[in-house]
Amino acid sequence: MGDRRENMVSATSTTTTDVTTGLLPDRTNDRPLLLAASQITKEFPGCKALDRVSVSFSPGEIVAILGENGAGKSTLMKILAGVQPPDGGELLVDGQPVVFRDVRDAIEHGVVLIHQELNLAENLSIGANLFLGREPTQWGFIDQKTIRRLSRELLERVGLNYTPETIVGELSTGQQQLVEIAKALSIQARVLIMDEPTASLSHYETELLYGVVRKLKADGVCVIYISHRLSEIQELADRVVVLRDGQYVGEITRAKMTREKMVSLMIGRSLTSGFERHSHTPGPEVFRIKDLVTTAFPEARNSFSLKAGEIVGMAGLVGAGRTELLRAVFGIDRPLAGEIFCDSKLVRISSPRAAMNLGMALVPEDRKGEGLVLEMSVRHNHTLATLARQASLGLFINAAQEITDSQRMIAALRTKTASDQLAVQFLSGGNQQKVVIGKWLLSNPKILLLDEPTRGVDVGAKQEIYRIMEELAGQGLSLLFVSSDLEEVIRMSDRVLVMHEGKITGELSRQQLSETAIMALATGGALS
Amino acid sequence: MKRILGILGILVAVMVVTGILQPAFLSGYNLSNVTQLSAYFAILSIGVMFVIITGGIDLSIGPVVGLVGCLLPLLIVKYGFHPALAIAFVMGVAALIGTTHGLLITKAKLQPFVVTLCGWLIYRGLARWITGDANQGFGNSFNGLLEISRKKIPLPGDYQVPIPVVYMLIIAVLAAIFLNKTVWGRYLYAIGRNEQAAHFSGINTDRIKLMAYVLCSTIAGFGGVLLAFDLNSMQPSSHGNTYELYAIAAAVLGGCSLRGGEGSVAGVVIGAVLLRVLYSANNMLGIPSTLEYVTIGTVLLAGVLADEGVKWYSQRRKLIQSAKKVAA
Repeated sequence: MGDRRENMVSATSTTTTDVTTGLLPDRTNDRPLLLAASQITKEFPGCKALDRVSVSFSPGEIVAILGENGAGKSTLMKILAGVQPPDGGELLVDGQPVVFRDVRDAIEHGVVLIHQELNLAENLSIGANLFLGREPTQWGFIDQKTIRRLSRELLERVGLNYTPETIVGELSTGQQQLVEIAKALSIQARVLIMDEPTASLSHYETELLYGVVRKLKADGVCVIYISHRLSEIQELADRVVVLRDGQYVGEITRAKMTREKMVSLMIGRSLTSGFERHSHTPGPEVFRIKDLVTTAFPEARNSFSLKAGEIVGMAGLVGAGRTELLRAVFGIDRPLAGEIFCDSKLVRISSPRAAMNLGMALVPEDRKGEGLVLEMSVRHNHTLATLARQASLGLFINAAQEITDSQRMIAALRTKTASDQLAVQFLSGGNQQKVVIGKWLLSNPKILLLDEPTRGVDVGAKQEIYRIMEELAGQGLSLLFVSSDLEEVIRMSDRVLVMHEGKITGELSRQQLSETAIMALATGGALS
Repeated sequence: MKRILGILGILVAVMVVTGILQPAFLSGYNLSNVTQLSAYFAILSIGVMFVIITGGIDLSIGPVVGLVGCLLPLLIVKYGFHPALAIAFVMGVAALIGTTHGLLITKAKLQPFVVTLCGWLIYRGLARWITGDANQGFGNSFNGLLEISRKKIPLPGDYQVPIPVVYMLIIAVLAAIFLNKTVWGRYLYAIGRNEQAAHFSGINTDRIKLMAYVLCSTIAGFGGVLLAFDLNSMQPSSHGNTYELYAIAAAVLGGCSLRGGEGSVAGVVIGAVLLRVLYSANNMLGIPSTLEYVTIGTVLLAGVLADEGVKWYSQRRKLIQSAKKVAA
């Protein structure tokens, strides 16, 4: 079987010659069509979210949808799953045109979407969740026996080793995700759509999910998923469909999937991959913690130090205690024991304010919940931390200074916003992150802590954030950043601290850095 | 801004319609009466607005007014306190009450509703116990003192401005400056929208919230002082009853969201005036006074509903307009 994709390479392709432009969904190949979108268009106020997008899906294939934030991936998924109706174009199931009026319609046709934010009732058991709203009954009562039996079958299919009675809230995010998948299977899903399924999973959980997805594929289920992680796509997907600015720009089959190809297709130009942190001679030590103990891990004592002009990565699995350590350092949670030194002086940090006054800043993990006041304007968010410093008599807001400060940060960080009076909720993830960073740069920090600074940020904005971090280190700031993206850790760090179960298990210099070395430490192993 | 204009429109409409149906409504005497009472309620509403902006609530305003109103004549008449000292004392009690609320809410992490509900019971009970449940007043020997609330500034015709309106305007201007021009005002809004993010930005959120409760109770105390001098006869068991609900209603009518982060002084003042005008209109139009609450409740509900409707409509119109722009 010659690969069908190659036959379709069109001479009109403007991007690269290895991809198809596929304007039409009808694929003259041997695989049956399960679900197809034809010329789908969707408009939102101010933007065309999807512009005549056509894609098709076959049983038993894994398709990744790739694109920068705002490329239209989520919108396309929502339309496929009946969450939103398209403004134009049509959907076909088994070659027949269908109209999904709502999610239920889509489910009836076997198309199920699993949201990024899981929709489980955390206080109910797995079994109750699996059959929520469609409990099998006997004499009008819920038939617990059948629920248990069917649940056990489903849990086995997704490889989840728990009894149906387990309360969902006790499971990890990854395990909850598997419950969602089991739920989808229980309603005979033929097409399973997942929006960034691995975004909040640990390495182990991700592997588990891969296994389940491959099993589903073998069962003839079509899995469509959105991901930002290129390595994941390479490992899992049979083909990747790339969207840019609401348009279908091409797709790449497994055999031809290279990182460079995906990125250039996604952003419409090739990335200067030379973003490699050059080695530096760091300045003097500016910060040190000694035997710090956090409430989350009372048994683990941690010590580390930071030097001026240095970028230190902090790697580890999700839940390894990295965020907790940053929170304790920044005065959000009070540490149980330990000492903190700023410029070799012993200090007490009892609140974020105290940390700030010592020249520290934290860009938190949860941008929307902890970093920004979403309904407030870019300007007011920018100045939130430094308003009092600029105020006359420490009380009256210096409005002129506020405007200057905000404009300065917008220019320096190249934040894309219509105006500094726009509420930050209308900005893209990357630009929101820049507002958080801008807020802290206004405080002239010496030590910048960043917790997952590029999470949920598209590739272009990621590069920008890297550039900003690099620049700040060049100006003599000391940066400590937590990241679950190994590639990013390796690329950006002068040295890396690795945590496992609340404890810093090792430190790697730039020369020692490799994914295997980090993973070994992160999983509790030793350096070989 | 639109919201303020909307509620101002309703206020004018109610006044015009009532004025046409019953010209006595617009007489100097009635208007002076309405504005005087409006001023008291506007003051209480401005106080509770600070708390509501942080996403909290204060249910104890009525009993604080009651406690202050009973304590003040007791101190002056029975214990012979100098009036200035007595006023300072009761205001201090009010501030202490606010501080207690604030500490219980920020340090002991109790819910504002629960804390101030308990306060409601405690201060009402205290007022009754301290006074032996006997009516309180200044009698006839302190008429000069009563002028603090009763003085009126004459205007042309038979119109006049009651002095509490002046106090209210001063408080309103100060509150507006506080909310819009100071760091603390900005912090209040930020906390109401996202307390976590405010805390992470180095704001001492506990202190700002504490301040909101202190302001609320102190301002309620001041309102209580003015009301005491005006009424000159306070029943410990009922003086100030339901005032907290009027204050909260006026704040909501004026654009505060009980979710926090929203609200303006102008809106709240107009909301308070509107409530008093409705009350008076109900009387003047000969609607049975037993229906008073029904009238006010219905208008309040209609106002909130209309606001949601307008919001929905204007958002929808914006969407349609920009959709057209995209299509063009």
